[in-house]
Amino acid sequence: MLDTVLQQLLIGLTNGMVFALVALGYTMVYGILEFINFAHGDVFMLSAFVALTLCGALGLNEHSSAGALAGGLLLCIVASSVFGGLLNLLIDRVVYKPLRKAPKLAPLVSAIGVSFILQNVGLFWGGMAMDVFGGGGQAAAPKAFPNLLPATNLLGATSKITLQPKDVLVIGASLVMMTALYGIVRFTKLGKAMRATAQDPSAARLMGIDVDQVVAATFLIGGALGGFASVIYSLYINTVHYQMGYQNGLYAFTAAVVGGIGNIPGAVLGGLLLGLVRAFSDQFIGAQWQPAVLFGILIVILVFRPAGLLGSTAREKV
Amino acid sequence: MAELRTFLKKIGGLPVLALVLLAVYPFAPVLDWGLEAATGQALHIDRQLVNIFIFSLLALALNLQVGQAGLLQLGIAAFFAIGAFTTGVLTVEKYPFQIGFWGAMLIAPLFGAMGGFLLGAPTLRLRGDYLAIVTLGFGEVMRIVLLNLENITDGPRGLNPVPAPWLPTLVRESLSPAGDASIGVLRAMYFLALIVLAATVVCLSLLEKSRIGRAFVALREDELAASCMGIEPARIKLAAFTGGAALAGLAGCFYATNLTTTAEPNTYDFNYSIMVLCCLIIGGLGSLRGALLGAGLLLGFDNVISPLLTRLLQTALGGESTHVMASFSNWRWIVFGTALVVMMRLRPEGLWPSSRVAEELHETQEDAS
Repeated sequence: MLDTVLQQLLIGLTNGMVFALVALGYTMVYGILEFINFAHGDVFMLSAFVALTLCGALGLNEHSSAGALAGGLLLCIVASSVFGGLLNLLIDRVVYKPLRKAPKLAPLVSAIGVSFILQNVGLFWGGMAMDVFGGGGQAAAPKAFPNLLPATNLLGATSKITLQPKDVLVIGASLVMMTALYGIVRFTKLGKAMRATAQDPSAARLMGIDVDQVVAATFLIGGALGGFASVIYSLYINTVHYQMGYQNGLYAFTAAVVGGIGNIPGAVLGGLLLGLVRAFSDQFIGAQWQPAVLFGILIVILVFRPAGLLGSTAREKV
Repeated sequence: MAELRTFLKKIGGLPVLALVLLAVYPFAPVLDWGLEAATGQALHIDRQLVNIFIFSLLALALNLQVGQAGLLQLGIAAFFAIGAFTTGVLTVEKYPFQIGFWGAMLIAPLFGAMGGFLLGAPTLRLRGDYLAIVTLGFGEVMRIVLLNLENITDGPRGLNPVPAPWLPTLVRESLSPAGDASIGVLRAMYFLALIVLAATVVCLSLLEKSRIGRAFVALREDELAASCMGIEPARIKLAAFTGGAALAGLAGCFYATNLTTTAEPNTYDFNYSIMVLCCLIIGGLGSLRGALLGAGLLLGFDNVISPLLTRLLQTALGGESTHVMASFSNWRWIVFGTALVVMMRLRPEGLWPSSRVAEELHETQEDAS
């Protein structure tokens, strides 16, 4: 029993880290622009496709040499993060930016539209004639992501709890990214500008902050975190699918709301909480109830604490 | 009655003309003949029209919530599913009720309304985006619950067969040419859906001008000002939400009866809710005619234009290409997504808006700039 609980704790923690990384992208954009960037989950998905394509192009698989694996992995991570960041930035420039002064529904609906387009791009991408995509015959089918890390148990082969190198990678790399983000937001000039803009965009502008640049940086950083998360998620789950952004995006967004949307530590807390709840509900209630449990919790939290766990009481801007 | 007369005078000839044309269409499907002659493919436009009528009911339900009252709801499929499964439970052979379509048609909206009330009462005080998320979550919860309660809903198989509506022999026979019962059933559904849709449109137009309809608009435009004028936001919002949910339940009842099955619960997913929202936005949020236009365009694209284009594409490529891009139905999300983005940029009030909403939107933009 204790072993099961510990094992689920570990699974929950690793899942939660991925949710938290994606949730950060939602929460940062919401904090500044007050709209739900529905396309964020699909940026995450396409970044995973970039990583998979790279693996295919480089011929990376579980039999590659250790040096090739390390180099290839690093390349995947960098490429996906850059891709995610730039794609997010591009979407903002082309689609959201002209709508800054429009009613709040406009960017939200546009984000849904962009999400549709990206999912469709993912579907077509899956039809690419490449071995890693199964030759492209079954475009909509899930694609196997090569298992690039050894599947050994770090706690010894006899241990009842499994801790694999990929778990360590997910947790370690996520912690590094979150610390880096915290450092940027807390200690740099850009971070200060971001916090100021989130508090009050017009006042920030009056103080000489280039709000457009801050928004661009937010999309870039959020997208890059999503791209980074997509690689470690694919390594962890070993499957890539054109609809993975939709499901994970909804969970990550739920995490952001549970923690208090717009609140950066809240997103991490919400992500971890959601990951843990998911692991335990899969174990003790049944995986088929997973979405119902997670969204049920979301509804309950929003009804009793509408601003989320760490959010301040919602202030409606009149 | 006087109200109804001035109303009829005011709407003018167009809706009446449309209604008459739609009423005679099953007997003289000219469009079918034309398209069949041109493409050699039977498209069964009358069958598509039934789907469009039912989808229009659903679009009108969401329009009541999002368009009229300004409650951003992303889980309309949940109430649609409630209607469909209520109908399933009440009519299929598996259960002892078997009350048939007519009874289910009265009870399905009640269950829809109940669902709307139970969800709306605690959550409608949440502000816009949060309400969107709660309704989205509710939609997913409903889908999962329906999927997993296999003892009640038959899980992924769905409840079936849902029987066709009972009709007096005279009506049934006069609708079936040469005793072909399946065409009779199709036509019965066609006219039933058309009548209910027309009645719904009339009721909603009257509602728009009534005291409560004006309260919806006032709330949507400025909640603070509206509450200062003595409108109780909580009650009015709940009324709109419950009403929309009831209408969605009715649409669900028609949907299940038309399909003869409740369909698998995964049909009623987030994407379905979003599709309904899409057709409101394309047609014009808050506008009845816009909702109808949007529903027609959306289903027309899926069921008529998309197969035609796929055919053209296949002929152009020479034969049966199995590539994912060679089937036009695989482009639908790009088409809809682009439509949403372009609409928001160029014409946020929709293709056929009500004048009031168009004014509101342009006012806000001018204020902000």
